[in-house]
Amino acid sequence: MKKNWPVFLLCAVLLVGLVLPLATGASAPGFYVEVLLGGLMTGVLYSLVAMGFALIFKASGVFNFAQGAMVLFAALAVARLAERMPLWAAILVGIVIMIALAFVIERVVLRSLVGQEAIALFMATLGVTFFLDGFGQTVWGSDIYKIELGIAKEPVMVLQGLFQGGILINKEDVVATLVAVALVGVLALFFQKTATGRALRAVADDHQAAQSIGIPLNRMWVIVWSVAGIVALVAGVIWGSRLGVQFSVSLVALKALPVVILGGLTSVTGAIVGGLIIGVGEKMAEVFLGPVLVKAFDLAGGGIENWFAYVLALLFLLVRPEGLFGEKHIDRV
Amino acid sequence: MFYRENGQFKSTYASDQQMLPILQDRVFMAGLLVVAFGVVPMLASDYLFLSLLIPFLILALAAIGLNLLVGYCGQISIGHAAFMAVGAYAAYNLVLHVPQLSFLVVLVLAGLIAAAVGMLFGIPSLRIKGLYLAVATLGAQFFMDWLFARVKWFTNYAHSGSVQTSPVELFGWTIDTPHEKYVFLLAVLILFTVIARNLVRGHIGRAWMAMRDMDVAAEVIGIRPVYAKLSAFAVSSFYVGVAGALWGFVHLGSWEPLAFNLTLSLNLLFMIIIGGMGSILGSFFGAAFIVVLPILLNQLPQMLGIPMSTAMVSHLEFMIFGALIVFFLIVEPHGLARLWAIGKEKLRLWPFPH
Amino acid sequence: MAGAANERTRRVGEVILALDGVSLAFGGVQALKDVSFDVREHEVRAIIGPNGAGKSSMLNVINGVYHPQQGTIRYLGREYHDMDPHEVAVSGISRTFQNLALFKGMSVLDNIMTGRNLKMHSNILLQALRIGPALREEIEHREAVEGIIDFLEIQAYRKTAVGTLPYGLQKRVDLARALAMEPRVLLLDEPMAGMNIEEKQDMCRFILDVNDHYGTTIVLIEHDMGVVMDISDRVVVLDYGKKIGDGTPQEVRANQAVIDAYLGVSH
Repeated sequence: MKKNWPVFLLCAVLLVGLVLPLATGASAPGFYVEVLLGGLMTGVLYSLVAMGFALIFKASGVFNFAQGAMVLFAALAVARLAERMPLWAAILVGIVIMIALAFVIERVVLRSLVGQEAIALFMATLGVTFFLDGFGQTVWGSDIYKIELGIAKEPVMVLQGLFQGGILINKEDVVATLVAVALVGVLALFFQKTATGRALRAVADDHQAAQSIGIPLNRMWVIVWSVAGIVALVAGVIWGSRLGVQFSVSLVALKALPVVILGGLTSVTGAIVGGLIIGVGEKMAEVFLGPVLVKAFDLAGGGIENWFAYVLALLFLLVRPEGLFGEKHIDRV
Repeated sequence: MFYRENGQFKSTYASDQQMLPILQDRVFMAGLLVVAFGVVPMLASDYLFLSLLIPFLILALAAIGLNLLVGYCGQISIGHAAFMAVGAYAAYNLVLHVPQLSFLVVLVLAGLIAAAVGMLFGIPSLRIKGLYLAVATLGAQFFMDWLFARVKWFTNYAHSGSVQTSPVELFGWTIDTPHEKYVFLLAVLILFTVIARNLVRGHIGRAWMAMRDMDVAAEVIGIRPVYAKLSAFAVSSFYVGVAGALWGFVHLGSWEPLAFNLTLSLNLLFMIIIGGMGSILGSFFGAAFIVVLPILLNQLPQMLGIPMSTAMVSHLEFMIFGALIVFFLIVEPHGLARLWAIGKEKLRLWPFPH
Repeated sequence: MAGAANERTRRVGEVILALDGVSLAFGGVQALKDVSFDVREHEVRAIIGPNGAGKSSMLNVINGVYHPQQGTIRYLGREYHDMDPHEVAVSGISRTFQNLALFKGMSVLDNIMTGRNLKMHSNILLQALRIGPALREEIEHREAVEGIIDFLEIQAYRKTAVGTLPYGLQKRVDLARALAMEPRVLLLDEPMAGMNIEEKQDMCRFILDVNDHYGTTIVLIEHDMGVVMDISDRVVVLDYGKKIGDGTPQEVRANQAVIDAYLGVSH
């Protein structure tokens, strides 16, 4: 308890900052709740992407910088395929493509880099990112594409009784949250109840021990990367329906990186919690802190959300260097 | 037969520790300098200077800087272009507000400012390690992107956010032709290379490498981790800041904030991966590779006779880059520098096979 | 051999290093429980005990790598329990490691030179230009390191990358690096592990030479009972993190608790 005080202090400070706009009356309660909810929804999207990171790192010890690229690649695939076939078919084909991608990555990249340090593997995923970027645009094109999930785009006004003027909620965001919750549930079931899930957890714990009881490492890695690929596809489809899909150096997906280090590289729970913290923090900072800074320093516009996530992650890392739910690393000499 | 150390005995520690202890290496280096300073300017076209040699010289400087931090000290940074930006904007503002300063002084000051900022962003490295640190350095990149785009003072309240510079003047000599730029940059690069080699051979370099190889043992040996890490960030950022100032003033002439974006950071990283981490020579190889490859790829469609849109070429570039990174990491993780060293070893034995 | 031991006993001085009631735990695992013992200057103190008894942890506590939850370390009259490792190094305690911990990316010479880092103070500017005091310092410390290289007979390997050397030579480089720090107290963590008879004899000779020649106090963890009985002045026995024996080799050998611990008799 004594050792945890820096974390609690940080949380206290952040909570104060969070409540400040409401407490000082600088914003209408209804608007405040809207921003809060908006942040939570964005956070859910970040969590979806971050989950893929955490899964891969947990099971194969690789920090997959290409996860963002995978999200966009999957989204593009679905978007383009949906132009020629019904959406559900496009999604199925997309899943097959992601599994194939997992196969190729495992074969070509992972297998050849087995003994190397984490840095080398990370840089290899950087290379994969660039490759997917170029390849994805070559195959699927570089324009913005849409994914139609069939959900009404107009926001809905709710809780008019509670807050003056009501709160605007996006139906898509609600669907996104439900899907994310469902996904987490499915993954949890998969890991806890199935034999493959158990084997994956064994691999995550100790590669050599898992091998010594006959678990085929390579096949496990293909499975993990496939699962991560499917998670990426889900994330991509939801992002895509909300924002449209276009390849840029996966900037939007790079946002998931601070989420994953805040939560702890090895933790799916961390990915979820981290995503929500960053989603809310970012939105709040952009909407409430931004204008304050612009006024104070005579800035040319906002854009705080480009880097606020990193500051937030950094603050948490300074009090907990392995992330909120990450495993502590003890150096033995 | 030629590349033997026979008969070259060292009788003092000083001669044993010199930079180029083998006579043949010294001769080769002298020849290289003659070619670089004398022959190349006579033969090279303006195009060669502007699109190949000048970017190469500046990026080699930046690559050495990044290599000192990542390759020698083992601290990862994937946002290093941010410090190039600091150097460039610092130089711009110095020239703007204190025009009496000689450009050399401006360069040094810009480097020092970048070093200070680098040390600041290096403070997290005292608590955070490895991949966590890598992501944190990304924050530096995005913060700087935002800072130079939004805080209007840096760009002198320019409406478009971009910045213009006039040609560099040094002791009455205006450096505005490609030839002159080349010679100036070459001189700067050689000086900085010698300094980097000296630092790496000194006790600070050993402290860096000890921190890289085993930081707990290094501390037990008596190396102060704070000093080692922050000095690595400082020196690295100094180099990269100077490179940034040179990039802006000598190569670009005018730039917007996004000139020092994530792509540049990643390119710097690729340079040292492909060239060889922990090797100054590797930084040169890597910079050359990254500069030459896009130009080659641009010529490729014409050479093969296949028509390709510029967008397509850029996609191809990304794909080949990515594939090459993976290839190098698998086949030769120590980069081109290791291949060069292997080649030299074979040369020592030549004409014998072993 | 007894004669040599007598000579050393005459030279052994006051208590230079002592642990007082040190307890160390990692999460739920108790590595050390209320351990107290002292080390006299110029002596050779052995620490023995079954595997997992906490011997390496004890050295790590002395070095400041681990900070004990309870208890203090007294060194040269000063008490501490949360010093940083580099401060401990500067105050004159150096060590070798059970798993070597050599800097794999550097040559033998450079590895040993890192041991001199704490004595090299030229500033960064002078090093950058490698002139004057910086250059003199490099050469001066190179000389000192060459002395150690001669002493440990590894001249032929000074430019080789340490990773390519056989295990026995790597252990010698580890020792050389610790000696380069010119310590008053040298902690050796299983310096003879994995060596054959000849290598062990060489290592014993080196250790005794260091103790004789430089007067360095030696604290050594060792499993080979023959070595322990031969070269140490006093012995500490640990088991499950507790001290179960402390005295001369003969006293400890006759101690029933020690015998039980080694035979695996539960107690």
